Amino acid sequence: MMDRIIFENVSKFYGEVLGVNRISLTIPPGITTLVGPNGSGKTTLMNLMTGLVQPSSGHISVMGLSPGNATEFFLNVGYCTQFDSFPRGITGWQFIFDSLMLHGMSKSEASRLTRESLERVQLGDAAERRIAGYSKGMRQKTRLAQAIAHHPRVLVLDEPLNGLDPMARAESIALFEELGRQGMHLLISSHILDEVDRISDRVVLITGGYLIAEGNIQEVRQEVREKPMQVLIRCDHPELLASKMFAINHCVEARLHADGKGVFLRTGDIGQFYSTLNCIAAEGLVKIEAVAPADDDVNAIYQYLIGPDGSAL
Amino acid sequence: MPPAPTYLRKHLAQQPWGLWWTQAWRLTGMEVRRNLFSWRASWIYFLAFIPAVIICIHLVVDPHLPSLMSEDTNVLAGIVQFYYIRLGVFFGCLGIFSRLIRGEMIERSLHFYLLSPVRREVLLLGKFAAGSISALLLFGTAISADFALIYVGFGAAGRDYVLHGPGLGQWEAYLAIIVLACLGYGAVFLLLSMMFRNPTPAALLVWGWEAINPILPSLLQRFSVVFYLHHLMPVSVAAEGLFALLTVQTEPVSGRASTLGLLLLIGVVLFYSCYRMRTLEIRYTSE
Repeated sequence: MMDRIIFENVSKFYGEVLGVNRISLTIPPGITTLVGPNGSGKTTLMNLMTGLVQPSSGHISVMGLSPGNATEFFLNVGYCTQFDSFPRGITGWQFIFDSLMLHGMSKSEASRLTRESLERVQLGDAAERRIAGYSKGMRQKTRLAQAIAHHPRVLVLDEPLNGLDPMARAESIALFEELGRQGMHLLISSHILDEVDRISDRVVLITGGYLIAEGNIQEVRQEVREKPMQVLIRCDHPELLASKMFAINHCVEARLHADGKGVFLRTGDIGQFYSTLNCIAAEGLVKIEAVAPADDDVNAIYQYLIGPDGSAL
Repeated sequence: MPPAPTYLRKHLAQQPWGLWWTQAWRLTGMEVRRNLFSWRASWIYFLAFIPAVIICIHLVVDPHLPSLMSEDTNVLAGIVQFYYIRLGVFFGCLGIFSRLIRGEMIERSLHFYLLSPVRREVLLLGKFAAGSISALLLFGTAISADFALIYVGFGAAGRDYVLHGPGLGQWEAYLAIIVLACLGYGAVFLLLSMMFRNPTPAALLVWGWEAINPILPSLLQRFSVVFYLHHLMPVSVAAEGLFALLTVQTEPVSGRASTLGLLLLIGVVLFYSCYRMRTLEIRYTSE
């Protein structure tokens, strides 16, 4: 269990306000996405993990380390927080260089790692400018560069895509994928689910301070098997297919695709749905080009389990 | 199971003291840079050097007869005792030391330190060292400038007083007083800034306590920075008027006892500050 992040019955109360309640969670290596509405406890969970707040009860271990032992812990963990603030009057370079110097490394090593991390987030050209003059996206990148500069084994990212333009977002996601491939342990919280979903190995859903579900996306989807599933069928006669499928009573919703060359069908019995679809295909009345689950992603699961307004079901 | 002292010795020997020293040294350098080279520190420069400016004007305008030297010596003692200790160093240290933790919480940048591989006790002591060095550089330079400006006007007589008379000893004593004042007030304000969201009201209470120190019972007088510094003054400036009537005369305390007493007070306050630092939480929304 030395390669896991472990929460054992962790609770955090801010006075009488609940932060998180009795969270027990084991996160294996890979990219894990933390999903939940605002105020659900995502940041609290990350702050607990890194010792910025202390648990009211329970125990947390990150790769066998505790934030109480800061010297060893933060050599292995990098945390890119949501706080959009920096020490006054310093440049991007100075900010990262100073933080690396606190690791106890030599000046030349700190310089090398500073340059490397700034180039990784495409900020090399702005390194000597004061952070106060950076755009929001640049400040976000600076925080990310600082979190990865010392090559941590665990990287915690709180809303890392906030404030980034589409290009920078794509670059960041590519960077996360690369870091994941390199064996880094990434824990990401994000509201931009569609993009993070693509690279996540696992998802953790929380709302109101409670853990709702966890596992890989398919596993979590299994947990809500009783909820109707949505399937996209690309075919030449989507209206005909929809009418035929609707004749079956477990098909509860049909919606034409915007391009008119497919239909989204929602069903309460996916097994029977596929066998019926096979029969229709065999009849030859509808030429089916592709069939794909339309809600086997974090976003759909989020909608099912947490609801569009963030209230848990 | 080895006996406790052996275990403790072994445990202490295993700690990365070299790394902690390097981290504390670097942290101190960064913090001193931020304390001294910032526009926001300009009012502390003003507090430190305003007496030097006034003495400078006095140097230019007033005649400096050798017979007036003892009067000016008393004036300098008064400046140290009543201005620097009770106002300049007090509020200067309040500005410097309350910025170290609370200021960073207000600016929402303290978490960068707490997320670095620096033990929190090392962080606190590094910041305290940085605050102390900043305050000492400012007020030590200021008091040296005051001293030089007071005696330079007396020419050869002044030079003789400083180099062959009691002058140099007095200057050393003033510097020692400033060192202890900065450390003492610094430790207190660092702790207050961790205990209170706004440490200024608490600091004003401390200021009031220090101001009424001479009229407190002798036992209570000992819980004060001013009490120990008063006994280290090379030139005593007596209280006058109604204040003199209310002053409680305590037994004279030796310089060594005063220094040790104050260092003990600083040690206790820093020890408790380390404990507070260990359990400090980052909740900027409540700032």
